[in-house]
Amino acid sequence: MSDLMKRFTGWDAAILAVLVLFVIVAGLVVPDFATGRNASFMVLDLAPVLLIALPMTLIIVTGEIDLSVASTLGLSSAVMGALWDGGMSIEVIIPICLVLGAVLGAVNGLFITGFGLPSLAVTIGTLALYRGLAFVVLGDRAVAQFPGSYTEWVIGSSAGIPNLVWPLLVLLLVFGTVLHATPLGRSLFTMGAGVDAARFSGIRVARTKFWLYVVCGAVAALAGVLWTLRYSSARADNGTGLELAVVAAVLLGGVSIFGGRGTLWGVLGGVMLLAAVQNALRLADVSNEALQVVTGLLLIVSVLAPNAVGAIRSAVARRRRRPPPPAPAAPPEPLPVSSDPSPSPAVRSS
Amino acid sequence: MSTPTSSRVAVALRARELGIVLALVALVVVTAVVNPLFLSGQSLRDLVLAAAILVVMAAGQTVVVITRNIDLSVGSVLGLSAYAVGSLLEAAPGTPVVVAVLVGIVIGGALGLVNGALVRFGNVPALVVTLGTLYVFRGVAFLWAGGQQINADELPGGFLAFGTATVLGVPWLIVIAAVVVIVTGYVLRNHRSGRELYAMGSDPAAARLAGIPVGRRTLAAFAVSGACAGLAGVLFAARFGTVDAAAGTGYELNVVAAVVVGGVAVFGGSGTAYGAAIGALLLTTIGSALPVLGIDQFWQQAIVGALILLAIGTDRAVAARVAARLRKESSRV
Repeated sequence: MSDLMKRFTGWDAAILAVLVLFVIVAGLVVPDFATGRNASFMVLDLAPVLLIALPMTLIIVTGEIDLSVASTLGLSSAVMGALWDGGMSIEVIIPICLVLGAVLGAVNGLFITGFGLPSLAVTIGTLALYRGLAFVVLGDRAVAQFPGSYTEWVIGSSAGIPNLVWPLLVLLLVFGTVLHATPLGRSLFTMGAGVDAARFSGIRVARTKFWLYVVCGAVAALAGVLWTLRYSSARADNGTGLELAVVAAVLLGGVSIFGGRGTLWGVLGGVMLLAAVQNALRLADVSNEALQVVTGLLLIVSVLAPNAVGAIRSAVARRRRRPPPPAPAAPPEPLPVSSDPSPSPAVRSS
Repeated sequence: MSTPTSSRVAVALRARELGIVLALVALVVVTAVVNPLFLSGQSLRDLVLAAAILVVMAAGQTVVVITRNIDLSVGSVLGLSAYAVGSLLEAAPGTPVVVAVLVGIVIGGALGLVNGALVRFGNVPALVVTLGTLYVFRGVAFLWAGGQQINADELPGGFLAFGTATVLGVPWLIVIAAVVVIVTGYVLRNHRSGRELYAMGSDPAAARLAGIPVGRRTLAAFAVSGACAGLAGVLFAARFGTVDAAAGTGYELNVVAAVVVGGVAVFGGSGTAYGAAIGALLLTTIGSALPVLGIDQFWQQAIVGALILLAIGTDRAVAARVAARLRKESSRV
């Protein structure tokens, strides 16, 4: 257990160190990087990724994935535009969008937990479906002129701190508390480590996963609302491909793609590192296309690195264990009398 | 002992492909009733020509999906291969068409090998690797092209003619697509290495224990998928004449949809290249039937998504029913 804890803090600390190092180097090398203005831009850029990364972390920890988040964002944005165009008031539109997101997430959850389909295949399907519906709703139009009080709040800041920092911080604390300090959070790790074991220990796997997808849909829709307000433009193709950045950031933050391992603080580090790298490259006049290459490479490296580290570590451990000659094979231990070899009916029936 | 079981599974699979064929026929009939011109020779030829590129990619994807992997980078491989071949022909207009085709296949195969090597040696899920290379390959294409596009008047006429030329009245593109599907389908069904791919997809651990070179087969499967996407890039360049770095963007969704709709199980271990080809044909037909039926073109992507969900849902239900029946019969014995 303490060994596990050490490994978590190890990865978190490494990401944080890389982040700090990168910010220092970029601040020295890239002009305009270390300015307050740029920092608030960075917050705006990382907001949608961080928002969606929160529920995505929980989902990946349970060993599942949701590739439809960017399309949910786009559909939420398109619906927001269509309703605003239709003369509805923004105070009504935003809750509608959030509920819509929850419904879209529930559809994912129903297919995955209700019908027992692989989340990868389902969310590739809904990736296409939701984006397609966004185009059905809004076509290739763009809706603009959202109320200034909202758009200005999203991009504004008070006392030098961008307004968006506060809701992000609250959500980060909520998700962090749930994942790391509640029985529910522990049950997510258990599910990721082994679904059967989780089921046998009384965790309602299907129900929990279903609600995770509902929350993820709602948060992705919220990201869509913020996205629309930030650019004051509702388009069906808003946020296309954002799922890559989200998955890359989560994995970069040390969450295992196989489930069962990871921390939200590591993910925060991953999101910030990704945002800082992209921001610095953009300031250094690197094209958007090159940025794509960098994000893609970061994604690959972030899944390769833990495996490589693990392989090296086990190789080292093997070499260390080698010097003493292998102990003679111990006789198989007799089963302790107390353990009943036949499972109880209660266990068998579940 | 296993004969009744396997024959029943075979029947179920055949029924699965029959289902898509029926859906395809129904769609064509309905569309033809609305507009009889839909069944004219020219319209059908255009339809099959448009499907050829998707069919080639779907055959390659089938090989990967059967092993319980996925290749999301195919659209980007197509783009990179199309631009590479376009640049080659622009620089050296005398290049024979055969050489251009081979160059595309080799480029695609090399990119596929990169995917396969990352999956095999990195021990990471194909989904994440190919999601990453989707963006890396596309970015490389953009960096290389630098916003330029290759127009039809910069390509040699012989190559463009290849896009429309026919042998015995059948366009080359269709001949190539058919050959790719038949060869892939034959190897998967009748060749030892093909059978091993199914075994890997059914149970990777058991396949390893049975002595199947899982790592090498994985590499080969991704190389085949890449090579097919590379070939599709050449066909794309020949058919459309205009190539830029964005060629084939988003194709991966259609390819995955075609494969899944065509009855290739996403959990690996079952499905055929023929089914995938019919799936590709169905998707393309939907695309060209929409305007005839007076449905907004914007619906197409949504329909693709809905079809993916419908296909995996149906497969799951059928599999559950077959399993239940098998269990019942074995308990009766």
